[in-house]
Formats: sequence, C-alpha cells, structure tokens
Amino acid sequence: MKAAASLADLDTFAELGSVGSGQPLGVLDGIPIAVKDNFNTAGIETTCASNMLKGYISPYNATVVQKLLDQGAVLLGKTNLDEFAMGSGSTDGVFGPVRNPWSYSRQYKEKYVPKSFSEDGESNWVITGGSSGGSAAAVSSFTCFAALGSDTGGSTRNPAAHCGVVGLKPTYGLISRHGLIPLVNSMDVPGILTRCVDDAAVVLGSLAGHDPKDSTTIQDNFKPFELPDLPDVSKLSIGIPKEYQAPGLSSEILALWSKAADLFKHAGAKVTEVSLPHTRYSIVCYHVLCTAEVASNMARFDGLEYGHRSDMNKSTESMYAATRREGFNDVVRGRILSGNYFLLKQNYENYFIKAQKVRRLIANDFLKVFRSGVDILLTPTTLSDAVPYIEFLKEDNRTRSAQDDILTQAANMAGLPAINVPAALSERGLPIGLQFIGRSFQEKQLLTVAKWFEKQVKFPMIQLEEVKRHNHDVFQHQRSASFS
Amino acid sequence: MAAVAARGCGGVWRRAWQHGAGGPGPSPCGRRAAASSARGGAVPVGKSGLAPWVPVVGLEIHAQISSNSKLFSGSQVQFAAPPNSLVSFFDASLPGTLPVLNRRCVEAAVMTGLALNCSINKKSLFDRKHYFYADLPAGYQITQQRVPIAVNGSLSYSLCIDNKMSQMVTKTVRIKQIQLEQDSGKSLHDDTRSQTLVDLNRAGVGLMEVVMEPDMCCGEEAAAAVRELQLILQTLGSSQAVMAEGQLRVDANVSVHHPGEPYGVRTEVKNINSIRFLAKAVDYEIQRQIEELENGGTILNETRAFDSKLGCTVPMRDKEGKQDYRFMPEPNLPPLILYDAKSLPANMNHQQVINIDWIHERLPDLPSVTRAKLVERYGILPEHSFALLNEDGLTEFFENVVKQTQMKPKKVIGWILNVLLSYLKQHSLTVKESPVSSVLMADLLNLLEKKEISSTAAKQVMAIKAGNLKVLNKLIGLVQRETQGRSNPVLVKQLLEKKLSE
Repeated sequence: MKAAASLADLDTFAELGSVGSGQPLGVLDGIPIAVKDNFNTAGIETTCASNMLKGYISPYNATVVQKLLDQGAVLLGKTNLDEFAMGSGSTDGVFGPVRNPWSYSRQYKEKYVPKSFSEDGESNWVITGGSSGGSAAAVSSFTCFAALGSDTGGSTRNPAAHCGVVGLKPTYGLISRHGLIPLVNSMDVPGILTRCVDDAAVVLGSLAGHDPKDSTTIQDNFKPFELPDLPDVSKLSIGIPKEYQAPGLSSEILALWSKAADLFKHAGAKVTEVSLPHTRYSIVCYHVLCTAEVASNMARFDGLEYGHRSDMNKSTESMYAATRREGFNDVVRGRILSGNYFLLKQNYENYFIKAQKVRRLIANDFLKVFRSGVDILLTPTTLSDAVPYIEFLKEDNRTRSAQDDILTQAANMAGLPAINVPAALSERGLPIGLQFIGRSFQEKQLLTVAKWFEKQVKFPMIQLEEVKRHNHDVFQHQRSASFS
Repeated sequence: MAAVAARGCGGVWRRAWQHGAGGPGPSPCGRRAAASSARGGAVPVGKSGLAPWVPVVGLEIHAQISSNSKLFSGSQVQFAAPPNSLVSFFDASLPGTLPVLNRRCVEAAVMTGLALNCSINKKSLFDRKHYFYADLPAGYQITQQRVPIAVNGSLSYSLCIDNKMSQMVTKTVRIKQIQLEQDSGKSLHDDTRSQTLVDLNRAGVGLMEVVMEPDMCCGEEAAAAVRELQLILQTLGSSQAVMAEGQLRVDANVSVHHPGEPYGVRTEVKNINSIRFLAKAVDYEIQRQIEELENGGTILNETRAFDSKLGCTVPMRDKEGKQDYRFMPEPNLPPLILYDAKSLPANMNHQQVINIDWIHERLPDLPSVTRAKLVERYGILPEHSFALLNEDGLTEFFENVVKQTQMKPKKVIGWILNVLLSYLKQHSLTVKESPVSSVLMADLLNLLEKKEISSTAAKQVMAIKAGNLKVLNKLIGLVQRETQGRSNPVLVKQLLEKKLSE
C-alpha cells in the first residue's frame, strides 16, 4: 500500500517524540500520527505528490505539525495524495495511486464477486477517495492513530468515508493553515482523520485556536473539550437537506441515510426535511473559485527559488514554461489554465464575481436553515462506496472531482464544520459514511452528535487478511484508539 | 539645434521644435528638452495659427515605508545590506507561508493619508496582481486595487514663477488614492554571462503608492509637487523618501491635447530617480509628443524610460507585453478594519486596533504649517521659509543662530541663505555637516552687529571655516593692516589657524 509518500527514518522519530524520555509532552505523547504530504515538515521532504516539489525539504514546520510535535506526537510519515490535493481518488499523484486497505479486508473479499474483466483479483483493489487518501488509508490500516488531511472540497471527508474512518473538516479559521501548501486559500482547512470521534476531539483540541502566522484564524483562544460519555440528542433538531438526494446517489446509501434519520427520530430528536436551494450551483461555482485560486497559488512555482527547475535555459520565460510543464501533471496544468481564463479582465465579472455571489447565496442557505432552529444537518458523504481503481480511471479527474465533491464542498463554500462518520458496510463489504454539518465554530455540538451516532451504528472493524493472526492485538489497538 | 519651448504655465504650450536651417533631423536623443529652462518669457515659436497644446501630467509615486520590518513579514528593512540577507520564508514565497500585515506600515499609510487630506477608508481590501518576473517570487504582488486605504485627498505645493523666488504661486493637485503594496526584489542582468541575479532583500518591503490626478501641466509643477510630498513624508517619518536610495520612485503619465478636446493618448515615463530628472523627463516627453503630433504622427500608449545621461525618454522594451494582471482578492488577508473614536469598540485591545483619530491628533506640523510659523515668528519672507525647509536641519540651524544673536532674524536669514549655504555648496557639504556651527555663526553675527568686525571679515571667517583656506591669507592681511605691519605673519597665521580650528 502506497499510503506513505516518504517515511522519516527512525533517528528522526527519536528526536521528534519524547518516547521513553519519561516526561510526557502532552496529550499526544508517543502517539504515532501521519501527515498529508502537503503540510510542511522541517527537514523532511514535502512533495505534494508532484514532480515540482520532489526532493523539496522545507525549512519549517506547518503550525499544525508543530502543535502535534509539541504535544509529543510521533510523526510516522508523510502520506500520499493527489498532486497538490487536486483530485478525489488519491490516484493522481506522482507516486502512484493509494490503495484502499479495505480492498484487502475479509469483508470485501468475501462479498466481492469477481467480474470477467478482473479475474486475477489483484486489479480488484478499490480507491481510497481523496485527496487525503494516504492519510485515510494510514488510519484505516492501523498504521497510526490519527492523521492530518486537508479539506478544500471534501478531501478529508471523502477518503474517510471510503476508508471507514472519522474525517473532520473543522470550521474555516479554527485551525491554522500556515504551512499547509494551499489549494484554495479561502476554503482549505486542515482535516483530522481518526478511528473514532473522541480521538478527533482530542486532536482538534491540540490544533485549534489563533495562530499569529495565519491572519484568517479566529482571534479567541480555543478551549479543548471532551465529549460526554452518553451524548443526548433528544433535544436536537436534525435537518435533512432534500437537495442532497443527488443524481447518482446509490440506493443503499439513500437507505442508510433514511435509517440514520430514523435513529435520531427514535432518540427523540426533531428530524425535518430542509432545503438548501442553491446547492445545485455549488459545483460549478466551486470550479471557478477553485481554479482561479489555483492559478494564483501555483504562480510561485517557477523553478527559481525552490522545487523543480528545467534544464531549458534559452530565456527566463522558456525556463518558466518548461519547468511548469515538467513539474505539474495535466490536472494541475488544466486547472491553472482555466483559472487564469476566469481571472482575465474580460471574464472576471462574468465568472469570478458571479461565483463569489453564488458562494454567498450558498452560505446564506445554510445560515437560514440554522436560524430556523436546525442544529445539525445530516447528509451522505459520497454518492457510493469506493470503486475499483480500473473503474475510477474511466472518468477524467474533472468529472470525478465534480461528482465526488458534490455532497461535501458546499460546507467548504460556507466555511462550516462537517464530519464523516463511518456508518455501515455496503453490499460489497466496503465502508459507507454519513456526513454531519454543523454551525460555524460549534464543533463540540457537531462532534457530540457524531459520537452519539457512532455509538448507535457500531461500525465494524476492518479485518485485514494479512494481519488476521494478529487479530487480538489489533483489537487491543482498536480499544485503545480512544486516547482521550 | 536647440529646441525652444514656449509656454506659460497656465498649461498652454505651443509647438516648440524648430528645424535648424539645413540641420539634420532630430535624432530621438540628440536634442535638449529646453522646456525646463524656458519658463515664461519665452516667445512662442510655433507655426502661427496653430492651436496651443495643453499638457496633462499625472504622477504615480511609490514611497517605501520607513519601518523596521517588511509589509507582510518579519524580515528587516535595510538599504544596501548584503544580497538576500533580509529574506524570510514568506519573502521567498516558500509554499505554505502566509502574509501577516505589519501594523507600523498601516499606521504610516494612515498618517500619510491624513497629511494629504484624504478620507481614510475604515475598511480596505488587499488584492493579488499577477505577473511573472524573476524578482516577484510569488508570481503576484499583494496590493490594494479595489478599496485602497486612503482616497480623495489633495496636496498643495508652491513654485516660483520665472525662476524668481519672489513670485511664488501655490497650486493644488488632487490625490486619487494611497494604496499599500509590496515592493519587488531586484534583478541584475549579467549580459556577458547571460544570467540574471536576483536579490530579494527589497521583496516585500512596504510601499505606499500615492496616485496624483493629472492636475499638473509641466515638469516644474510635477517636481514641486513631488518635492512637497517628499518633505511631508520625511516630516511624518512615514518614509525616508530618499530618491537616490529608491525610497521614492516616480512614474509620470504624460499626454497633450488641444483645449476643449479630450485628453490625448498618454505615455508613462518610468524609472525617474531624482526630482531634477523628473522635471526634465516630463518636459522632454511633452515636447516630444507635441512634435510627434505636429509632424502628423501618433502617440502610442507605451511605457518609456528616462535616460538621464541623454536627457530624453526612450521606449521601454516591454518585457511583459500587454499585461492582464488577473487581479483577484487576496484570500489570506481579511479586510483591513480601522477605527475612529466613535467606532472604537469599548473592550478592544489597543494593540489590535488602529485608531485614526489617535493618529490624527499626533500628526506633527506639516511643512506648510512650519513655514507659516517661521514667517510669523521671525518676520522672514515666505520664500525664505521654503528655503529653510528645503534642506534637512536648516531650520534648526537658523533658529539656533537666532537664539544666540542680537541680529534680527530677517538679517540672519540672509547670512545663512546667501553666504553660508553658498560656501557649503562650494564644498559639497550639507548644513548638518557644516564646519561653521550655529554658535560660531552667532558669534560672528554678534561681532558684526557690534561693528567689531566688518562684513567682509565675517564672510572670510565663514569661508575659511567652510574649508576655503585660501582666504586665510586675506585674513592675515587684515591683521597686518590693523597692526600696521607690526605683527609677525607666521605667528598670526598660527594663531588664526588655532582659533579657527577651535
């Protein structure tokens, strides 16, 4: 499994963690964590899974990385992703695709009926989703307790859903982006992938709060919280946005979604259908805003200060062009091209400004629903369970991203906190998750609801064939995964 | 082949080019922009019957903010530091770094805005302006394109008519806006090795771009306006505004048209690095455009550079071609919110907010006010007050001398401006470097007032002090005459030298 793009050597571990030194540094002391390879790690390669940054060693730690280390966490490695986090499969990086650990689970293998095109079994493996697929796979396969992802349009929640782990996208501005190599600055947030909701709360507590190095973080201090052992949802109002019954939503996910709604109903919560009418414009609008910021953010990769530089030396301009052609894959170059098109003087009003206005409408939709008394929105995270890699390749990145982000990216447009909670296994034995979307900066309420739901659904543990004989150990790990 | 410009600075120029009889055609740089020296008095030489030309001059001035650190990073700001020694991760655009706005730079811009009678926007925004250039590491500059920090101001400046200090007129130029933005780095092109060297020390230093409306009509007006702005910035301390060090850089937009007609196509003259060159560059460009148009040509909307050696403007090889800067909002910086006494939230931490009224109350006297006070306090002429402020430290020198002498300020000013300054100029010294201290000057003037020495002797002492030792012999002569030849010249010389070096 190519979950890890680069692994720090063991000497570095000893330096990074305080393991064995006797004095615990913090709540994460000695806890192995993995970090998506678009966060800067001092002295360790930071590549964004791109030729452009292959071999690039950052001189500084991202704020979130530093905070993890300060709490005693042990950096286990950097995880694979789609190049510069542009994708929804973790298949479009220079290090190759990430394989979903569930491809090798007994649950999948037992239910999987080989089709004619892939008799050999080796090609049956399914994607992790993305773009934080490496982080999701690392957590799902017991490689680490927690991993950092990033979430711009669903990049943490989508692979979390496909890999059967918890994926939290916090409110925009709650966690510092300093050191996260940006995709879309106005939507990016560091994401948290863990095996259970309590763990996500602990990691969130270590990361959240103002950072003087990121002017978009909240000014107030963040008070870490613990979640109640027996969460109560009886007084809550749960909204079911009807627009999330999107075309292509699989029937089993639809069924699971309504089952989940019933669970809340039975627990005494008020469950109502709500409408977020501008949701359907979200994807096109996201496409414009995303590519525009991508075009801008990628401008710095010119081969001068760092990263790949082409041998072409006819002129500075030809060096730029060759560097960028060699350094970026088609997806990145395509987004840069369309982004620059949208930003052209003649197009700016018609595309960028319009998209910004629609973004405001989308955010207002959420505001209205929350103002009407709804506390939490319950939606699917993905349209279906994970597809086999060979299936996934049949569509291009753009089509895939548009489909796969459809249920997740509205929360990014509105800056709202959202979380994927694994809910059940599909008919094919693959994880399915549901998404909860909360009010801005109401992470505690969101996680409380998520924890209650997690307790109700009792999502099964992955049974990896290779580690079957260590089943007992694994179980122990699972139990202690809650390190709060 | 002299070009004679004809203009009264009411804003009307006439065709000024005169072909020398049988002389060669004008080479682009072979002619002199005579306009600058041809104020008034000059006779219109254009073809009779031609409509006069109205030149229109607007300025964009980049003033480097005087601050310890850069606009969005903690790197130090320092002139002439070793290359790339003042570069933070952000300045080098390392991926993942974010801008953090420097409070000092905002305060400097607010001060400058207030001093230029601008309205300060309580909410301003930052934008990205994109272009690829080696000394712009991020591929974009953070600037304030949509909503700048200050708008709608004005600057009053004075200039003398016919080069006579006694005839000063005061004019006003509207200030369109002041925007905060990042400076770029510097590229050094090494043609022999065909490589470009980049120094990022300057990259990210805070700039105030002051945009002046096209309310000026000649080089001299532009120069006077910039000079006044320079004095204001230096008084505020918001910029050191030393042009030679690139802390004040001027781009001039120049066009000409006939009265009653729309503005002509304008050119932008860049890279003007002294006030004197500004006047020359603008006048040259006006002249060039008039000639071009009168010869049936057209003016291209282009960027030109002023070649100070040749004294003319030349088209710049447009490195970027027609640029589309693809502006977009800077997503990493929230809107810049400023407060006044009314809007200041009660429980706000003072470290976190900028109070416009607080800054307003603490503005120092601006040059115009200082001049008026000097005129009132010392009874000197207005033009003398201009002269006093024209050199850093001169006002203080004057006031110190006045304090220590019985001579009337009106007379003191004459001694300082006419005698002392000319001696200093001869030896390329500034008043701050003056070997004649204010105490010595006061002593001399006192002796003069008491008629104990002649004005010739006083001048000679000053001359010697200023470095002119030849005058020493004259002084020895004076002593000899006074003592009727009974003194020992060698001893007199020794004594004088000793006295003068005290």
